[in-house]
Amino acid sequence: MTELVAYLISGIALGSSFALIGSGLVVVHRVTRVVNFAQGSVAIVGGMTSATLLNGLLPHGLGEIAAVVLCGVLGVLVGLLAIGRRGTPPLISLIVTLGASMLVSAAIIWLWGQDPVTPPGLEGSVTVLGAEVERQRLLVVAATGVAFAALTLFFSRSYLGKGLTASASNPFAARMVGIDVRKMGLLAFGLAGILGGLAGVLIAPSNPLSFYSDLPLVLSGFAAAVFGGLTSPLRTLFGGLGLGVAGQLTAGYLNGSYQTEMALLLMLVIMIIRSRALVQEEVK
Amino acid sequence: MLRIDDLVVRYGSAVAVDGISFEVGAGEMVALVGPNGAGKSTLINAISGLVAPHSGTVACEGRIAQVPEGRQMFADMSVEDNLLLGGWSIRNRDLGEVYDLLPDLAGMRKRKAGRLSGGQQQMVAVGRALMARPDLLAIDELSLGLAPLVVAELAEHLRFLNRERGTAVLLVEQEVTLAFDVCPRALVLEAGRIIAAGPSVELAQSETVRKAYFGDLAVAETMTGATAPATTEVSP
Ligand SMILES: Nc1ncnc2c1ncn2[C@@H]1O[C@H](COP(=O)(O)OP(=O)(O)O)[C@@H](O)[C@H]1O
Ligand SMILES: [Mg+2]
Repeated sequence: MTELVAYLISGIALGSSFALIGSGLVVVHRVTRVVNFAQGSVAIVGGMTSATLLNGLLPHGLGEIAAVVLCGVLGVLVGLLAIGRRGTPPLISLIVTLGASMLVSAAIIWLWGQDPVTPPGLEGSVTVLGAEVERQRLLVVAATGVAFAALTLFFSRSYLGKGLTASASNPFAARMVGIDVRKMGLLAFGLAGILGGLAGVLIAPSNPLSFYSDLPLVLSGFAAAVFGGLTSPLRTLFGGLGLGVAGQLTAGYLNGSYQTEMALLLMLVIMIIRSRALVQEEVK
Repeated sequence: MLRIDDLVVRYGSAVAVDGISFEVGAGEMVALVGPNGAGKSTLINAISGLVAPHSGTVACEGRIAQVPEGRQMFADMSVEDNLLLGGWSIRNRDLGEVYDLLPDLAGMRKRKAGRLSGGQQQMVAVGRALMARPDLLAIDELSLGLAPLVVAELAEHLRFLNRERGTAVLLVEQEVTLAFDVCPRALVLEAGRIIAAGPSVELAQSETVRKAYFGDLAVAETMTGATAPATTEVSP
């Protein structure tokens, strides 16, 4: 029982990071129809940067925030490459984000080497329903909750968020009322960078990151996003959590090395099941 | 206030607008009629800056807002959000004025725009355009797909706006009777060119327009009540 609770909580923590990465994919896809495959490597940059900054340069809190902001900037740069040129078809933009992801991975190796990096997180652990849980994992869950609440409020309440939603809903009408849809696309890329960076910063203390984590992260995030139909941040949250929990249970009760394969398998299943709905949404 | 000079708009090698020149004065209501594919929407989009002209100029003193063909709602957003977004270009978030002019909108402000009837959506599209406090309202197909009663109500709103606010109107309309009824002056577009222009009363009498749109004389005469021979500028 305590074992199960521990797996569940660490699964929810890991799934939270998938959800953050996935919601970044959703935000970009809604506005630009581009799947931003650089999202995983941006998350790694977040984790690594916070490790460097927290190593004597900045105190806790500031170091993490600075890393997340940097990821936002990095997201905008990826966006400039992918959609900076007017009229680039989404499929080409997608390939550009793959290329950007490789560039970022190369930069990661150059700056931080090939070995996994672990920034310091919250120290200690607490007991939840008899299970000992690292406080860092609880922080991940709490921060993700706050991030999703903020995201929802931003889209539904703020004028800028409505502009983003409008650009996604009807690009022609958005242009007609004077919204710069390309700028909104770049904003979405920036927002995705922040969400990805947040995921990296939060997860790195308990799951060491290296350049090699890119693919598992972006694929898990993509699976979560597909669960959300690439349009719904909230359903992406549930998708991410489900994926994280399933992965941890697999790792705990079967074999840790199957975790990524489990995520891939689930992603394939979700995609095949959801593909018809996805196509229908595209047609709409 | 709006001056179009030798405007040409192309889609690739196809010419949609082929050397059009005309003016709309402040507070004027001008109808733009013509068959499907004549280039009316393209012309309106070029005026609003949504498509780039190949050559020629569009000069406008004041703001232009568009009521687009097909209404183009932000379907999954509320009526209120649709209206708010209409004010984006001038950061106008004051809904009171539009609710005063179109009180029906206030009653449906929480509803999703995509769930409304065509007539209600057209009302939202007009309200959304008004949020930009335009000096010229460019309307593409006001009546398309709407019941006559709804159209009459919308037309009444336009007249009111024009009278009370001095908002100029450029009205693209398939229903020539309606267009000529609302707008004192009209342009007839065909294959990207203006083939006739002048006062609606006179155009309704002209050979060109009668043949193309009315088919018989009686309709034109009952509509205008005029008997004088038509004098229209007809360009080749
Ligand atoms: N986006 C487009 N791409 C290519 N051709 C277009 C496009 N939009 C309109 N056209 C063509 O331009 C011409 C004028 O179309 P349009 O302006 O929509 O006419 P109208 O509004 O009078 O029906 C038509 O021949 C149409 O096929
Ligand atoms: Mg048209």
